[in-house]
Amino acid sequence: MSAIVSLRNVTKSYVRGKEKVEVLHGVNLQIQSGEFLALMGPSGSGKTTLLNLVAGLDQPTSGEVIVGDQRIDRLSRGALADWRARHIGFIFQFYNLLPVLTAEANVEVPLLLTSLSKAQRRERVQTALKLVGLADRGKHKPNELSGGQQQRVAIARAIVADPTLLVCDEPTGDLDRQNAEEIMNLLQALNRSQGKTIVMVTHDPRAAGFASRELHLDKGQLANVEAVA
Amino acid sequence: MKYFRLVWAGLARKKARTILTMLSIIVAFLLFGLLQGVNQGFNQVVENLNVNRLYTSAKTNMVDGLPISYAQRIKSVPGVQHVSHWTYFGGYFREAKNAIPAFATDAEALFAIYKEIKIKPEYIEAMKRTRTGALVSDQLAKQYGWKIGDRIPLGTSIWTNKEGSNTWYFDLVGTFDVSSYGIGFPSFYINYDYYDEAKAFGKGVVHYYLIGIADPLQATRVAKAIDSQFENSMNETRTQTESGLAQNNLKQVGDINFIVNAIVGAVLFTLLFLTANTMMQSVRERIPELAVLKTLGFSDGKVLTLVLVEAFLLCIFAALLGLFFAALIFPGLKALIGDLPMPLSVVLMGVGIAMLLALISGLPPALRAQRLNIVDALAGR
Repeated sequence: MSAIVSLRNVTKSYVRGKEKVEVLHGVNLQIQSGEFLALMGPSGSGKTTLLNLVAGLDQPTSGEVIVGDQRIDRLSRGALADWRARHIGFIFQFYNLLPVLTAEANVEVPLLLTSLSKAQRRERVQTALKLVGLADRGKHKPNELSGGQQQRVAIARAIVADPTLLVCDEPTGDLDRQNAEEIMNLLQALNRSQGKTIVMVTHDPRAAGFASRELHLDKGQLANVEAVA
Repeated sequence: MKYFRLVWAGLARKKARTILTMLSIIVAFLLFGLLQGVNQGFNQVVENLNVNRLYTSAKTNMVDGLPISYAQRIKSVPGVQHVSHWTYFGGYFREAKNAIPAFATDAEALFAIYKEIKIKPEYIEAMKRTRTGALVSDQLAKQYGWKIGDRIPLGTSIWTNKEGSNTWYFDLVGTFDVSSYGIGFPSFYINYDYYDEAKAFGKGVVHYYLIGIADPLQATRVAKAIDSQFENSMNETRTQTESGLAQNNLKQVGDINFIVNAIVGAVLFTLLFLTANTMMQSVRERIPELAVLKTLGFSDGKVLTLVLVEAFLLCIFAALLGLFFAALIFPGLKALIGDLPMPLSVVLMGVGIAMLLALISGLPPALRAQRLNIVDALAGR
């Protein structure tokens, strides 16, 4: 397997008030194509910051972030937005669906940034919804769906544009155990059958158990590396 | 068009607020349409007035009147083609509340000056033949159901006739069509000769001389020449063009332009704050959603455009509805401004103001959305 994500000596610091807080200290990390990586660690350890850098939502203070063959830490805001649209699928803890749009319309949103025709978009949306087991719920609005179903719609939205990388921030954090397990099974299936590379931040060891590798962050540094499967 | 659903999603998120804001904009532009329409209507009427016509009245006050003998002297001024006159009769039909703008005149000369008023020549002949004759506008005849041959009793609070009565009887001999003129043309005429003979007092006096001139470019010269004829006499004159007279009359009502602009300005200024507040609140509530759009790859420019389009859609759609309702209601103001459609310039001005409103109210929240930092917004900071 080849490395699809490479972080080289990455640091990230924020200015909070008058204080400068360094969140990541010289992180080096490689994620292989087709890998399902779980990032774990206590609150404030820098997990989400690391995820944001990999996903191109934020820029490092120093170091290099390379995804695919693109060094994304050098991209402008506009170029980064365009890059995210083509390469990254996001799954959030609280689903973050647009409340007035139907499930279908929510899934279609990333495709609006492509040159696909209306018919092609509709076909892709149906395929994605079918893949997450919600083909019959396309016309429902988020408030008409359970938490688990909403997260499935969010997963369909994340995969519909066929991104290089799926990035998940506590995808089961708002779900009960049964729904959490279903979502993790779905992510695992996407990883194993569709070959999707997944980077997931989680507090939940059970969720991390579905990943192929776990990484622990502590005080902005990778603590240990463990192969799960 | 593919982004329309996202724009709509922004508006539909709080339906009640969007509807209430739209209603405010609709009402404001309805008011704008009606008031500006009336304003433009008045202006249009004044602009349409003919500079071929001059009006001469007593320099002191129109009601003081001028001697009928002035007619010949005015006619002798070079450049004058026709001379007629108006004397206010101040009539009413049956009850004082049914006011009739009746004037005594020389009908033949009058309609020679007002060529745009459509009247059949036989009606003018009938007027000449019938001393007690009356000519009325189609509209007035229709309003009271009068027909040619009817004998119309007309009361007046000013003129008592020789029989000691304030009710005069006139025979309707013809009608005329004023639609090409607009508003302001008196709609009931009686023969001056009969009126002057039959009234008990104030004989030989007219209120206005109406003068048709050959060359509009000579209007100022002819007006000066007329006034100079009567300088230092017992009855000095004041001669104005028709539009000048109309403007002076409108000034007596008040500076309509100023009043209308002040009201519309205050309404639109208030509306600006209301719409800006709505847009700002709407964007503030949707910060996480806008952050998600940016996360999915929507550029800063696209997010700015989405919010701006939302403001434009809200303002322009509602403004067009308001202007549409104003155009529907506008014909109901016929009594005030005549039979005029709502001027296109008012609609265009309304759309322009709506666009400006959308830009001013939509730009600050759109810029806020554009500058949104994804990481902070998703973290709720």
